[in-house]
Amino acid sequence: MKSRWLILTVIVVAIALPWCFYDWGHHRHAGFLISMLSQMGMMVILALSYNMLLGQAGLFSLCHATFFGMGGYATIHFLNAAGDGGLPLPMEVMPLLAGLAGLGLAILFGSMATKQRATAFAMITLGISELMATAALMFHHFFGGEGGVTTNRMIDNSVFGLTYASGLQVYYLILAWTVIATGLMYFLTLTPLGRMANATRDNFERAQFIGYDPRMVRFLQFALSGFFAGIGGGLYAITYEIVTFDALAAPLSANALLMAYIGGTSVFGGPILGAILITLLQSGVSLLSNSWLVYVGVMFIAMVIFAPTGLAGIIKAHGPIQQAGRMRGLLVPYLRLVIPALGLLLGFVGLVELMSFLTIGAAQGKKLVLFGSAIDVHAMLPWAISIGSLVVGGLWLRWEASGFHRVWEDLAAEVRR
Amino acid sequence: MTALSLRDVHKSFGATQIIRGVTLDIAPGERHCIIGPNGAGKTTCFNLISGRFPITAGEILLNGERIDTLPPHKINRLGLSRSFQITSIFHRLSVFENLRCALLWSRGYRYSFWSPLWRQKALNEATERLLEELNLSARRGILAGLLSYAEQRALEIGMTIAGGASVILLDEPTAGMSNTETDYAMALIRRMTQGKTLVMVEHDMKVVFDLADTITVLVYGQVIATGAPADVRANRAVQEAYLGALEE
Repeated sequence: MKSRWLILTVIVVAIALPWCFYDWGHHRHAGFLISMLSQMGMMVILALSYNMLLGQAGLFSLCHATFFGMGGYATIHFLNAAGDGGLPLPMEVMPLLAGLAGLGLAILFGSMATKQRATAFAMITLGISELMATAALMFHHFFGGEGGVTTNRMIDNSVFGLTYASGLQVYYLILAWTVIATGLMYFLTLTPLGRMANATRDNFERAQFIGYDPRMVRFLQFALSGFFAGIGGGLYAITYEIVTFDALAAPLSANALLMAYIGGTSVFGGPILGAILITLLQSGVSLLSNSWLVYVGVMFIAMVIFAPTGLAGIIKAHGPIQQAGRMRGLLVPYLRLVIPALGLLLGFVGLVELMSFLTIGAAQGKKLVLFGSAIDVHAMLPWAISIGSLVVGGLWLRWEASGFHRVWEDLAAEVRR
Repeated sequence: MTALSLRDVHKSFGATQIIRGVTLDIAPGERHCIIGPNGAGKTTCFNLISGRFPITAGEILLNGERIDTLPPHKINRLGLSRSFQITSIFHRLSVFENLRCALLWSRGYRYSFWSPLWRQKALNEATERLLEELNLSARRGILAGLLSYAEQRALEIGMTIAGGASVILLDEPTAGMSNTETDYAMALIRRMTQGKTLVMVEHDMKVVFDLADTITVLVYGQVIATGAPADVRANRAVQEAYLGALEE
């Protein structure tokens, strides 16, 4: 029951959010917010469908963007055909066609890749990713080469009579499909195939000796995840009206992995958190800093080392303590972590930004501005403060972390009893 | 017709011959124990029968049907199920889910991605019954990886018999157990395999002579004796090769 309310709240917030930032003076929507929310929707689908492989089936795929991109390219062609009157289908079903395009390609590539598991599987998918990246640059008719392919989404065919001229209408289309796709992917986790995907992840040999062919389980799971990735790609094409090489290349596959992992692969909703966080960083921090990718990368490494269960795993670990009503016992320990963590963060960000402004910033003619005053990146002081803050914050955090660990262990043991 | 037959089965790993011409006939409903010193090829025999490894030469028949060229999942579907010497379960799934997974294929669900598990009443009830029979009802929601060793062994036996296979292979089901645990496990095995053909590799001679209708002694990849427990015990070759050394 509790999770039902959570889901409802998230959907209501997602519907209401554009109106919270509506500019009543000019009767305009906040375009930045809407494009960010739209991006989040697609990334949620991408991350969740990736986790059908990584978290649920234990398959480490490096070519997931292939199916996202395929859905995108196919949708551009569908929309063009629809615009010419050759495809009399409403806009609302276009993402479904995109999903079928993703599914088709995933059936083709899945039949090769899922013969293997573990490292061999990962290597085959790497090959597929490279193959498709090359194909995208070679076959101009379909992929449009480096410039990509473009369309006009105003095909004047909608079940609800919408034109999709405004970003808001597109956002609501994305939201609807995100909810549908998420619901379907959740449903899949509750079916025999979904459960056997978990089983083959844990122990493929045992799965064989209870009558299941692990290859078939992997293949079906792979194909279905390609279907959902394709839906995400379709929404991408509708939003941007252009699909290039970027929509199927390796960096997007890596992004899918980052989002799923940082969010948490062992909980169904984990990748949703990851997708929202990474998109926020991408659209928010990238405005403030050239080095936002450095922060994402470092965050990923830190998560792998210190919190392999991801954000959702961390939240889940609090469950028993929260149920026992002992969350208050963690308040002070958490507060004690915040100050050194901020110091560490400040020092690290300071160093990265100083370095970035020493090179790229100078080339772009930008100046590092902090609290309204320009900072001279050639002076000693900012460097000294950053290094000092990094070192002191780091050591202090280590000290506090071991204290926190003790408190946590005691509390967890108490709750278990 | 025999439930399980091995006809002159050979297995080599590279130049090393592990199984050197094993012929064995096991009647339906028989409780058959395979004993032998370490390295005799008992577990390898199981791996060949269950399709985990391909055989080098010979024939294996299950209920009169050739199975030696089939992959493990197809052999399982024909009615042969096995457990492993090293516990083999789905450690990140709950005890309940482990057993339900083991029931799925035999109940015709195949690779269904359209039937929600929570609505499969008969399946879920069968799982509950199995939990009760295994005495694991109280542990149903726990991840299988967190069970005690004896509980994990019980769970694996449950998963092995869940699919309704007529021939059950158990590889040292009581290895590493205390005496009480062994007694409990054996009672469980007796109860759960009633009416089925049971083939078991076992080191504990007390267990073997208590349970078996027929004993086969395997030494260096060859059968040196097979027959009723009393006959095998009296067999001189067996005494020299194996039992004598144990009973000293």
